Amino acid sequence: MLLNIKDLTVAINGKEIIKGLNLQVNKGEVHAIMGPNGSGKSTLAAAITGRDGYEVTKGEIWYKGQNIVGLEADERANMGIFLSFQYPVEIPGVSMTNFMRTALNAQREYRGQPNIPAGEFLKLMEEKKKMVDIHAKLTKRSVNEGFSGGEKKKNEIFQMALLEPTLAILDETDSGLDIDALRTVAKGVNELRSSENGFVVITHYQRLLEYIVPDYVHVLSDGKIVKSGTKNLALDLEEKGYEWLKEEAAV
Amino acid sequence: MSENTDNNILEEVTSGEYKFGFFTDIETDLAPRGLTEDTIRFISAKKEEPEWMLEFRLKAFRHWLTLKVPEWAHLHYPEIDYQDIHYYAAPKKRPQLNSLDEVDPELLDTFKRLGISLDEQKRLSNVAVDAVIDSVSVKTTFQSTLAKKGIIFCSFSDAVKNHPELVKKYMGTVVPYTDNYYAALNSAVFSDGSFCYIPKGVRSPLELSTYFRINAANTGQFERTLIVAEEGGYVSYLEGCTAPQRDENQLHAAIVEIIAMDDAEVKYSTVQNWYPGDKEGKGGVYNFVTKRGLCKGQRSKISWTQVETGSAITWKYPSCVLLGDHAIGEFYSVAVTNHFQQADTGTKMIHIGKNTRSTIISKGISAGKSNNSYRGLVKIMPGATNSRNFSQCDSLLLGSRCGAHTFPFIDTRNHSSIVEHEATTSKISEDQLFYCNQRGIDTEKAIGLIVNGYAKEVLNKLPMEFAVEAQKLLAITLEGSVG
Repeated sequence: MLLNIKDLTVAINGKEIIKGLNLQVNKGEVHAIMGPNGSGKSTLAAAITGRDGYEVTKGEIWYKGQNIVGLEADERANMGIFLSFQYPVEIPGVSMTNFMRTALNAQREYRGQPNIPAGEFLKLMEEKKKMVDIHAKLTKRSVNEGFSGGEKKKNEIFQMALLEPTLAILDETDSGLDIDALRTVAKGVNELRSSENGFVVITHYQRLLEYIVPDYVHVLSDGKIVKSGTKNLALDLEEKGYEWLKEEAAV
Repeated sequence: MSENTDNNILEEVTSGEYKFGFFTDIETDLAPRGLTEDTIRFISAKKEEPEWMLEFRLKAFRHWLTLKVPEWAHLHYPEIDYQDIHYYAAPKKRPQLNSLDEVDPELLDTFKRLGISLDEQKRLSNVAVDAVIDSVSVKTTFQSTLAKKGIIFCSFSDAVKNHPELVKKYMGTVVPYTDNYYAALNSAVFSDGSFCYIPKGVRSPLELSTYFRINAANTGQFERTLIVAEEGGYVSYLEGCTAPQRDENQLHAAIVEIIAMDDAEVKYSTVQNWYPGDKEGKGGVYNFVTKRGLCKGQRSKISWTQVETGSAITWKYPSCVLLGDHAIGEFYSVAVTNHFQQADTGTKMIHIGKNTRSTIISKGISAGKSNNSYRGLVKIMPGATNSRNFSQCDSLLLGSRCGAHTFPFIDTRNHSSIVEHEATTSKISEDQLFYCNQRGIDTEKAIGLIVNGYAKEVLNKLPMEFAVEAQKLLAITLEGSVG
């Protein structure tokens, strides 16, 4: 099993947001997590990736056979966990090229590999750029600075393609994307899918799941997974909204 | 996330150690503590100076006695006891300038540890170095290569001996001894420094650099640099400085004067890394420096680039007087303060000639409990018609216990000139750090990356060889500042 979350409780400033959550992801699987605003979707992503301020008050997060609760965010990243951000942040003056080379080399150092030679790195970048159809000049610009909403999201997928994570979490990657950008992003993700990695796709809408077809769909409500199913569950949600689940849960 | 999380990360990362804090045990020739006319006569005699130089010093000293310490800067430090300082310290073995073999091996080793090789063979092939330790220059490299082009590059003391006419003609013309308290002090007691003369139409084939090192205890360093570029001349000049780690404060008061004639260009870059004091604010160099360039000729250009990472106190305003028509002045600065460091730095651009232009880019970075101020003056005189200035002053804060201040003064006296000023203040956000962390980059590296990105505009102005060093230095200075 790639990811095994057991009875997880997460609090921010003492307030519980995730309240006893269980989730298992095997290699080769894509899991979609849906749910209304405030249900704890992004909190779950932050807890898995080890963001400061998201306190695990109970439970365990097992990844590749190790409980990663308590590990630093950069260590988890170097173990192969990747987060595609909902709101990618700008870093002025730091070129995408420099940023990605630093990231890639940090990962290689963690794994006891030497730095990637410059020529090899540039070749790799060209290859991955094509994959997500991003403009050649994008990598010369500062990280996310002056990028359009679509470019920022494509840039996240581009970084994912370069770092080749084992577990990728996509946090509302579809928000703010037009249909063309959505297709490009989905195409990138689909190309990266393999029997060796797993995806957790967080989304509000069923639309993204037409392009990135999940193996499982989970509904998160008030910090817990209240229902799990196949991709058809997403269609039901699209049709009926989240209210019926709350009613069902209350029964 | 929360303010607290931000500060914790910043604290952990910006409490690094100063790496040049070692002391070399060299036999030193020391003037007794204190400052009187006798001290000045002692220094002058040690340097075997001509009478006119002694006279200059004594005039400056008598003027200094009438002056008061300037208190307008945003700096706080205990009063300096000027009678408790040694005004002259020199390594005893005076090396022969022509042969490296005769230089004290301890000295060579000192410079080697600083990453400065005085061996021309091993040196970066396109940089000539003048190495100054305490009060004297120990070695100037590549002098003969430069001499073939007619370029004079030597210690200030040698210039007084060998080129008195040039020193007499230019010394004190840009920064007169009456200029300010520290300039008067320097003019009275200055020990050594570099002299550089670029003849008409010559572009220096090498980067010239002076490396300053304070070694002896309780000593002040007062060097003086004079650069003259004749018509059409060009030189790029770099200055570096370090000092041992000591509990007491050390005084450094330098003067740099630059003169550029018609169509001449001088680029002056500084990587200032004097000992900044420890994490509790103990020790460190008090750095009071007067640097000024005179764009005397038409279309002349003087460009200051500074990376200020060291010193407990920095008081420094490299300036340009744009006298010739179409002259250009530039000031690019990155000033980093950490722990208890204080910096009050900036520039003055004085537009006198017509169609003169100036650019000011200042990037302040404050961490720990430090204070970082930009202070600048843009003055456009009535005759400086159609002149332009652009200023950009940015401040970056790491944590919430440091301070950033901006004191820009603009004085425009004609209607055809344009002055623009932009200023921003920002913080390294937890969002940026987490974004880097999530890509596998640890917090310390992330801060280095973000800070270097922020300062890139200025670092790009440094000569290639030093830009890399400067980048590393920025990261080191901020080690342990983030928490």
